[in-house]
Amino acid sequence: MTLLRVQDVSRHFGSLVAVDHVSMIVEPGELRAVIGPNGAGKTTFFNMISGFFPPTQGTIVFDDRDITTWPAHKRVAAGMARTFQITEIFPELSVRENLRIPVEVAAGLRLRPWLSRADDRKIRARLDELLTMGGLGEKADRLVGELSHGDQRATEIMMSLALNPRLLLLDEPTAGMGDQETYDVTRLIRKLHRDSRLTIVLIEHDMRVVFHLADRIMVLAEGAMLAEGTPDEIAKDERVQAAYLGKTE
Amino acid sequence: MARDKLVWHGLLWLVLLTMPYWMNAVGGYTELAVRVIVLGLAAMALNFLLGFTGVLSFGHAAYFGLGAYGAAMAIKFALPSTPFAILVGVIAGTLAAAVIAALIVKLRGVYFAMVTIAFGQVFYFIAFRWNSVTGGDDGLTGWRRQPLHLGSATLDIAANDKAFYYLVLAFFILAVAAMGLLLRSPLGRTLIAIRENERRARFLGIPVEQHIWIAFVISGFFAALAGTFYALLSNFTDPRSLHWTLSGNFVIMAVLGGMRSFWGPLIGAAIFVVLQDYVSSHTENWMSIIGLFFVLVVTFFPRGVLGFIKRRVAS
Repeated sequence: MTLLRVQDVSRHFGSLVAVDHVSMIVEPGELRAVIGPNGAGKTTFFNMISGFFPPTQGTIVFDDRDITTWPAHKRVAAGMARTFQITEIFPELSVRENLRIPVEVAAGLRLRPWLSRADDRKIRARLDELLTMGGLGEKADRLVGELSHGDQRATEIMMSLALNPRLLLLDEPTAGMGDQETYDVTRLIRKLHRDSRLTIVLIEHDMRVVFHLADRIMVLAEGAMLAEGTPDEIAKDERVQAAYLGKTE
Repeated sequence: MARDKLVWHGLLWLVLLTMPYWMNAVGGYTELAVRVIVLGLAAMALNFLLGFTGVLSFGHAAYFGLGAYGAAMAIKFALPSTPFAILVGVIAGTLAAAVIAALIVKLRGVYFAMVTIAFGQVFYFIAFRWNSVTGGDDGLTGWRRQPLHLGSATLDIAANDKAFYYLVLAFFILAVAAMGLLLRSPLGRTLIAIRENERRARFLGIPVEQHIWIAFVISGFFAALAGTFYALLSNFTDPRSLHWTLSGNFVIMAVLGGMRSFWGPLIGAAIFVVLQDYVSSHTENWMSIIGLFFVLVVTFFPRGVLGFIKRRVAS
């Protein structure tokens, strides 16, 4: 059963066509990378999937439901979570508090004006689990705004994971990171994919990361789909080399 | 740190519980003490929205004033009962907050603030113009708060200032406890999430508009509660209790005391009310003194008086 089916979507901003008739099918358990030069429309494509804005045309089907016009929070409830190119966290709260909010939302408690002891215990247990998984245990009570870029990114990924998503969308998870941080975040993503069989779609600039992680790769250029295939196929593809790889490598 | 908190809370409650007994000695009077906690409650209600949801309303006098008019008109036209007056005032203010919030939750920032002012002024002009019902500019007189009948006992809040003070304080404690508990609940944490980063909150599955609406209604509810006591305090209300300058004063109180602190607005209200009372007996231009004080606080202690004290104690 297909998890995400994006059918022939386009997005226009005035006269600019940011994404032009792009389709994508993601199967459960897959790790899909979306690559392309700057301005290829990758983030716009992501924003349509996650509900930042609707496509100008085309449909998006998630888990057999047409979510094309759904608002973002409803997509989250349906099992979709995302991170942003520029980390979006709650900088003045601690790591634990940052994670606590999505944990409570996922437990269906977001409107609850009280919390029973039993619920509180369950939430704390889940928090400890997430903190350990993200390697954030020792920093749990520090303000996220004071942490390194890599730890902030790990917090953001764990916040998305706290929602128990069936599809995780990562927008340039290693953007602006040094080698060690890139390595740590890559390892975290691979762990989530391998251990939890989580379906992940990510945009990435770092080709080492892409070829290391992805099952399949989709290449966008100037808003349109240029190629799609396994990492080997993409590496050999001459159009891709011409349009993209040749320029940067 | 924990001990400092204990000392601070002990001091706060000691002051609140004994205020009527020493107000006269320091040149105040019981009515002034009531004004401090009533306006303090209104400022804390506003701050539930401003400081903890990150949404600036410049029209909270509307809900405060509707609470006041609701209470006054309930006694004058319907039933001479204080609990009934409080109930009517709170329902009127909360309903208005619920309707107005539903119309404006999609707006943000300065647009949101402007529209809250505009809606607030609608009620002001109704109260101002509708002479036959509201008493117009002269205000609504010819009614009094009524003694409370509790089974066989009677609490004479009508004649006894101190009894009225403690009634208001009891409601203040309930209201503040409710707001404090709400902020420590999952719902409260979603509001802080919206304040901290609206986009992140939205993409964590929080329908931001719905939650801002809830915060607005809760805030309007407590502002209306404060408004009912404001009218009951002086057995009088007039259109100024609905005017946007009062909304502005609530904002000033919150910022003055420290809008990131739970108790900050109460401290701000105390400073505001006492300064107003003291300075206005010397000069008509009391507002310029408060204005100057406000500018100094905002410039030198951006986290307000309480924020400044907290930082001092911590370091």
